[in-house]
Amino acid sequence: MEPSGNGPADNEPHVPSPTLWPAGFAVGIAVSLVGLIVDPLVISSIGGAIAIVFGFLWARDATAELRGHAVAVEPETRERAAAAPAAPAATAERFPRSRFLEGATLGLGGVIGGLVTLPVAGFALLPPFLGQKRHETDLGPLTDFPEGKWFIATFMTDPKEGEVSRRTAFVRNNGIVQNVPSFTIISNRCAHLGCPVQANGPTGAILGEKNVLEHTVNGPILLRPVVPAGFGCPCHGGQYDTEGNRTAGPPVRALDRYSFEIKNGHVVLLSTYSVSHVDGTGAQAKIFKYKQAGPGEHVDGPEQWFYPLQPPHH
Amino acid sequence: MALRRSPSKAELRRERMQAVVTYPVDWLEERSGLVGAVRYFLFRNVPADINWMQTLGSATLTAFLVQATTGVILAMYYKPTPKDAYSSIQNITDHVTMGWLVRGMHKWGASVFIILMFLHMGRVFLFGAYKYPRELNWIVGVLLLLMGMMEGFTGYLLPWDQTAYWASVVGINLNGTAPFLGPWLAQFLRGGQEIGADTLTRFYSIHMLVLPGAIMALIGLHLYLVIRLGVTSPPWSKEAAGTERAEEPSTLRKGLIHSAEPGGSE
Repeated sequence: MEPSGNGPADNEPHVPSPTLWPAGFAVGIAVSLVGLIVDPLVISSIGGAIAIVFGFLWARDATAELRGHAVAVEPETRERAAAAPAAPAATAERFPRSRFLEGATLGLGGVIGGLVTLPVAGFALLPPFLGQKRHETDLGPLTDFPEGKWFIATFMTDPKEGEVSRRTAFVRNNGIVQNVPSFTIISNRCAHLGCPVQANGPTGAILGEKNVLEHTVNGPILLRPVVPAGFGCPCHGGQYDTEGNRTAGPPVRALDRYSFEIKNGHVVLLSTYSVSHVDGTGAQAKIFKYKQAGPGEHVDGPEQWFYPLQPPHH
Repeated sequence: MALRRSPSKAELRRERMQAVVTYPVDWLEERSGLVGAVRYFLFRNVPADINWMQTLGSATLTAFLVQATTGVILAMYYKPTPKDAYSSIQNITDHVTMGWLVRGMHKWGASVFIILMFLHMGRVFLFGAYKYPRELNWIVGVLLLLMGMMEGFTGYLLPWDQTAYWASVVGINLNGTAPFLGPWLAQFLRGGQEIGADTLTRFYSIHMLVLPGAIMALIGLHLYLVIRLGVTSPPWSKEAAGTERAEEPSTLRKGLIHSAEPGGSE
């Protein structure tokens, strides 16, 4: 067939006219990214709003054809074909039943697939986030912890689970403050990528002091006396002072700490929390507490915006 | 024109032997077409100037098959629980007959598999074999590479020794530092908030069921695309791409599998 008139040739695609919407969308994204650094609340929101508005306009234009709206394209002009002989008028209505069966097969197949997939997907994804156990660890009587002395305490948070639940904490009794015993209890999980942090200093025999083996409801608890100059990680060299503040290396925050309570004269460890940094030492320490975050995750500064939602944790 | 003469005794015996061999093959071919498919796969045309570099893909496939086979055997003796994992691996190494060999093949074969994948990828890159129309096969290859790396990551935990445990701690926490969904991904990988029995079993399941299944499916797609699109010539090839090979006398290609056509050549 020859192209006729001034209309576009058949083999030329109908290119949609250029539009500014994508550019506006990109500007919105850029503004919200800049806002993340400058002022996440105000500028990011403005950027987000710009992106949403322009994104909507863009999507509306892009899908106009699909949604059956007229698109501004020059109309094609071509000679009218000779009337087709005896074309059945009801061509479109010729296979309504097969259409129905096709749709029913796809629809029912989808429903059945969904009914089978959803529970399986839930089973695959949900258990790590639901019903996580909260552990309490009895470290033994207060008298095991003379004031001002550091101990490396190793214990199993869940003796039934066995060695895999073994954890280590650095414990120091800070004495009585306002009639309440004060303890510094630092988790040995490195704030870089979770390796086991070690105490930098002599332990046990070198000090001429004996290890204490305590038996509590949590099974055997080993308390090793130590005089740490700080704590260091063997994996990638992260270093911390005795309050757990980062002094060198890759960690992004201070060491996590255990919250604790005194129950029947025993020191009982509860859940852990994250710490950005600590001012002061011992009982006078001002601890900047945060909800427990994974190793390597910032809890303060602009980078905290990368981790807006933490999975449930006890 | 060959002179017709009655076949000798030896020729008759040969024909009978051939019939015995070809009968089951013909039986299968008639009902499935599989023999023809295998023939098509093995005897398809490739450029005349390909070289040994183009065997790296097959080498990678072989390494994967070794991993799959040895892995299946190891799974018969390995126990994925915190209490038994390490001792079951000691048992495989020290007591099960040839266990040291099978475990060694699986352990060293893992590195061979990864190295071969990278060499194969380098060959494809340097030969420009990723270009039109083979882009999709490059993408499939990248997915295979990622899954191979995930196999390495999940398999590394299974011996459940200090190296395995702490390497997995670091690896999982690395995933956890990814923005936004990272902490959720880490908790999903761990199967909870701490590494424990659930981590070991889920790594085992991913390592020996999820990933190998996905890898096999993708290898199938990868090979299908290789066969459909053909092998690329090296960049220094003087032949134009897509040149058909000249038709050969059919007798040259006959013989490995007897033609099933009735009245075929003698």
